[in-house]
Amino acid sequence: MMDAGRHPNITLLTYSEVVEVSGYVGNFQVRVRQRPRYVHTDLCTGCGACAEACVFKRGVPNEYDAGLSRRRAAYIPMNGQAVPLKAVIDDQACLFLSKGKCTQACLEACPTRAIDFSQKERFIDLNVGAIIVATGFEMFDPRRLPAFSYGKSPDIMDGLQFERFSSATGPTRGEILTSRGEKPKRVAIIHCVGSRDEHANRYCSRVCCMYALKHAHLVRDKTGAEVFEFYMDIRAFGKDYEEFYERVQGEGVYFVRGRGAEVIVLDDGRIQVKAENTNLGLPVQIEVDMVILETAMEAPRDSDKVASLFGISRSASGFFQEAHPKLRPFHTNTEGVFLAGACQAPKDVPDTVAHAGAAASEALALLSRGQVVISPTTAVVDEQLCSGCKTCIVLCPYSAISFVEDAGVARVNEALCKGCGTCVAACPAEAITARHFSDRQILAELEALLVPA
Amino acid sequence: MAEEFEPRIIAFVCNWCTYTAADNAGVSRMEQPPNVDIIRVMCSGRIEPTFILKAFALGADGVIVSGCHPPGDCHYTNGNFKTFRRMPLVEQLLAQFGIEKERFHWGWISGAEAVKWAQLTHEFTEQVRALGPLNWKQELESKED
Repeated sequence: MMDAGRHPNITLLTYSEVVEVSGYVGNFQVRVRQRPRYVHTDLCTGCGACAEACVFKRGVPNEYDAGLSRRRAAYIPMNGQAVPLKAVIDDQACLFLSKGKCTQACLEACPTRAIDFSQKERFIDLNVGAIIVATGFEMFDPRRLPAFSYGKSPDIMDGLQFERFSSATGPTRGEILTSRGEKPKRVAIIHCVGSRDEHANRYCSRVCCMYALKHAHLVRDKTGAEVFEFYMDIRAFGKDYEEFYERVQGEGVYFVRGRGAEVIVLDDGRIQVKAENTNLGLPVQIEVDMVILETAMEAPRDSDKVASLFGISRSASGFFQEAHPKLRPFHTNTEGVFLAGACQAPKDVPDTVAHAGAAASEALALLSRGQVVISPTTAVVDEQLCSGCKTCIVLCPYSAISFVEDAGVARVNEALCKGCGTCVAACPAEAITARHFSDRQILAELEALLVPA
Repeated sequence: MAEEFEPRIIAFVCNWCTYTAADNAGVSRMEQPPNVDIIRVMCSGRIEPTFILKAFALGADGVIVSGCHPPGDCHYTNGNFKTFRRMPLVEQLLAQFGIEKERFHWGWISGAEAVKWAQLTHEFTEQVRALGPLNWKQELESKED
């Protein structure tokens, strides 16, 4: 990210979202909405004086610490490690911007006078040749599975919260502590929370086994607590992963084969975990000081909107659909739009890096060729027959058909058309032909098949 | 003994899901009745009601239309939704022509559902066999005279 931010050929637009995409491969028009950050990025040095001066001492939950700490309205995202290293003012939290009442201490505190409350959102229009969608994933919210009692005790946490606890920049400066401020003596780690489960997601989220093993290793290493891992299968799929699994086994972690069934918070705050040990064929019940729920990666909630914005489809799991599961894993069915990372499917870091690198080089190769090869199976309008009724225009999933005002007819842009033939079937004047799948060809097939015996 | 009636069935399938399933069924050596003949189109949204009527008119005893599962499976984003809206109208039309509804099947089979394709072709063939020949072609020709 640092390298991307410094690269002369890369422009980072942070705090921004794409709101409109039109055009086609080699010639996309993209409209980007940039939210006001109320800080002039050319003046801000990222010193953090505004955050210290911000009078909203109580603050709001800090997203970067998975809600374990709080931040003020003026802050530098990611606990001061953001790229670019610039402050931002959260207009929902800022007392001046949301309520109009504040002493505006940040204005005075800023040594470069970078804060400007009059900033408005702005729109940026870009003309680009290729698009790489890398919108990532969301973590499964374990509240959706009430059996795990997430939220009922501060000692029941998800994997991301545990990561923050064990991070040196986290709320406990890397110490793993229970809510009583002591080191835990027994920790339960529950795999497949929100994955491989017909009540949540059917798919395997792929990365959780490995990060769960890492968590077990960290707990053993930092606290020496007894660790119980409740798993269905350990999927150590990558290079050196099986070896890591063996190492964690050697560290004295107890592996209990069986899905963690229930987490119960007793009246006095103690936590019990119930499961079945399928190796023994016996139910097990243990008391622990801390539970880590290893949650699944999910497609972001707004991925349907992103999909329709870029004209890409989604698979049943909600992740974006690649053009071919084996041979074109980072292409989409919209020419010139590529996928990178976990927006396509759950991925770990090495796979994401490989996927993103492939998408980037494919996009660069496309641009440097300067011309595109398209499939010949496209629709074509016979302008003599077209009555200009525009039925086809609304049906096209790729917005490939436009209405030519002068001639009063519809016209297909062959760079956009994928040849699905929906418009052909719908045209009331039979003015549209699908190349290689024309009415005449299909009817000839029928006649040949149904020759009387 | 009279020879058993062998129905002739035309299946319109989309290139990306059901055709792939049928292909997989063949590659996996699943047994399929020879009564079903496939016509491949790029998307089930390409299938015009005319094709279905024409198939019956030319002597088919049954017709299958199959594409990708809604909502998200369609290779072309939403071609299957057009099928979803058109096919109930075709059903009504066939009823008005007096063609039994058991002679027309429309639905969804994904590329991974080769078994489902093999099952469907078996079951549908037997269903149409039980109904006997449609003879729509002869009937239409007799009316022309």
